[in-house]
Amino acid sequence: MAERRRPRLAVWKFASCDGCQLSLLDCEDELLAVADAVEIAYFPEASSVMAKGPYDLSLVEGSITTAHDAERVHKIRRQSKFLVTIGACATAGGIQALRNFADVNEFVAAVYASPQYIKTLATSTPISSHVKVDFELNGCPIDRSQLLEVISAFLAGRKPAIGNHTVCIECKLRGTVCVMVQGTPCLGPVTHAGCGAICPSFNRGCYGCFGPKERPNTASLAAEWLKLGATPRDLHRVFRTFNAAAEPFRQEADAHGD
Amino acid sequence: MATKTIRVDYIARVEGEGALELHIKDGRATSAKLAIFEPPRLFEALLRGRGFAEAPDITARICGICPVAYQMSSVHAMEQALGVTVDGQLRALRRLLYCGEWIESHALHVVMLHAPDFLGFQDGIQMAAKHGDAVRGGLALKKAGNELMRVLGGREIHPVNVRVGGFYRVPRRAEFAPITEQLKRARELAVATVRWVAAFPFPNYQRDYEFVSLRHPDEYPINEGRIVSNRGLDITVDEYDSEFEERHVAHSTALQSVLKRRGSYLVGPLARYNLNFDRLPADVQDMARESGLAPVCRNPFQSIIVRALELVYACDEALRIIAAYEPPDAPSVPLEPRAGIGHGCTEAPRGILYHRYEIDDKGAIVTARISAPTSQNQLSIEEDLCEVANQSSDLSDDALRDRCEQTIRNYDPCISCSCHFLKLAVHRE
Repeated sequence: MAERRRPRLAVWKFASCDGCQLSLLDCEDELLAVADAVEIAYFPEASSVMAKGPYDLSLVEGSITTAHDAERVHKIRRQSKFLVTIGACATAGGIQALRNFADVNEFVAAVYASPQYIKTLATSTPISSHVKVDFELNGCPIDRSQLLEVISAFLAGRKPAIGNHTVCIECKLRGTVCVMVQGTPCLGPVTHAGCGAICPSFNRGCYGCFGPKERPNTASLAAEWLKLGATPRDLHRVFRTFNAAAEPFRQEADAHGD
Repeated sequence: MATKTIRVDYIARVEGEGALELHIKDGRATSAKLAIFEPPRLFEALLRGRGFAEAPDITARICGICPVAYQMSSVHAMEQALGVTVDGQLRALRRLLYCGEWIESHALHVVMLHAPDFLGFQDGIQMAAKHGDAVRGGLALKKAGNELMRVLGGREIHPVNVRVGGFYRVPRRAEFAPITEQLKRARELAVATVRWVAAFPFPNYQRDYEFVSLRHPDEYPINEGRIVSNRGLDITVDEYDSEFEERHVAHSTALQSVLKRRGSYLVGPLARYNLNFDRLPADVQDMARESGLAPVCRNPFQSIIVRALELVYACDEALRIIAAYEPPDAPSVPLEPRAGIGHGCTEAPRGILYHRYEIDDKGAIVTARISAPTSQNQLSIEEDLCEVANQSSDLSDDALRDRCEQTIRNYDPCISCSCHFLKLAVHRE
């Protein structure tokens, strides 16, 4: 029997914590089946096999923070039929995008004894600022089932079934009592769904690690936070965290100064 | 004169981006450089001005493989700065969460990343064709660790339930019932993993390291203890700065952690085991002996056996904590912001992770310092590479390259963690 041509998968890393690509290895029950269905052609965190392109699907983790990486991502795009970003760094610039609101040279000097040796850009930017992206998967980290859905969908040539509702709806779906009505400020009403509303199930307000949903009403939510006793500084910080450079969160953080 | 350079442009099966450059002259290694090209993310800078309560969530993002280590070192440091102690069942739950991380991280490294070196495969998936049971067992073990983190932490990567002062919500006893069965099975798989890796062929290589780990009066160290070594170091966590420093090394632009008085040192499972063998339960000690390990092991390639033994220990310890668990009255202790300095040091799967914070009277972070295990091991890795190369002059270049990569993987390096130090791979003849 002639071996079928398996689609070729590549996993790339830019500035990141490795957690999103680890999500693929965390698919303990599915990993061997995935490896059977696709050729894992390039995934250095998992394998010494580093096969040359082209690739059918490239998963890209991390943000662009160096001139070298800004070039590298173009090479990856050219070799990839589909390019999907995985996680808050690749999709919104990540926590390291806090440099965008500061003087990067001062940041470098605060960490390194010899800042002159450090070559880094003034900003941390998402992949979509550099190349065309076919799909963006949110989350810090991404959700495993969503990752499997995205891989399956692209390899089957269909649109991924990833909802664009909010964490707020996910609480309703799982029957979690709203933490906000109990007095805990929560970003659930403006945050993209996908995690399954984990934080409220632990009596904690959502802190927005899946980033803004489409057209979020952050100003209205901010007013509710203030009524619950949050300070402008709290609001500034919570919007300026893992998805700080995502436009709706950036604007709302700006509205509350520092 | 015969000069050659062995290069690995992208080290696979480690967490993060690194490269290796080894220079050999007349059969002797003249220099070894573990080059980190992971872009710096500047955490110590971006933490300034953030609230003390944000440190566990923000620093978790330094590493997706050991987020609990960052959460634990940061909460301990902040609690010291705020003058509070977390004990009783809350302390036990923290240890339990950490067991979950040790299990998932060690299972991943032992079975999927390191074992292929010993058996001649390029990855764990390829290895599964011949060692299916071991790979499936390793994945099941990893899954048990992840499940424990999900039950207690909410998710396996960047858990959400940890806070300075304790947790947001503590589980009911019944919530641990399914994971208990899974951990019992995981323990059996861990024992099988010890036997499997103990039979691997190990290069005959030893080095006289200074091992550094935590040491606790009655526990195998995870979350607390004094920082000790086999050469007389014995300090409190607060005294870290008096003994350790990040230093510029000759002909290099790297900042490497060294012991001020003596230089390189080794942290991680091998150090924990060697300095705390007497803190392991008798059956784990027996398992070590049956695996051919003495109470002190100086062969870094055998760290894979030690990791497997720690897998058994972490399963046992998790089961013990769950069996003794009584939900505490409150999920966390109350905190009042005040100005202060705090230090935290805990045993990440790959070695001690030190945090130091200065906070102001409003609870905002003024300065932050983080010393990750891999930056502490970096010098020791480079010294190993030179020694291994010297002892392997009979190997072909390809075989030597493989042996060097295996040597690096002995440390389970976590390069994203070391993102605040950087070494440039510039070599000029």
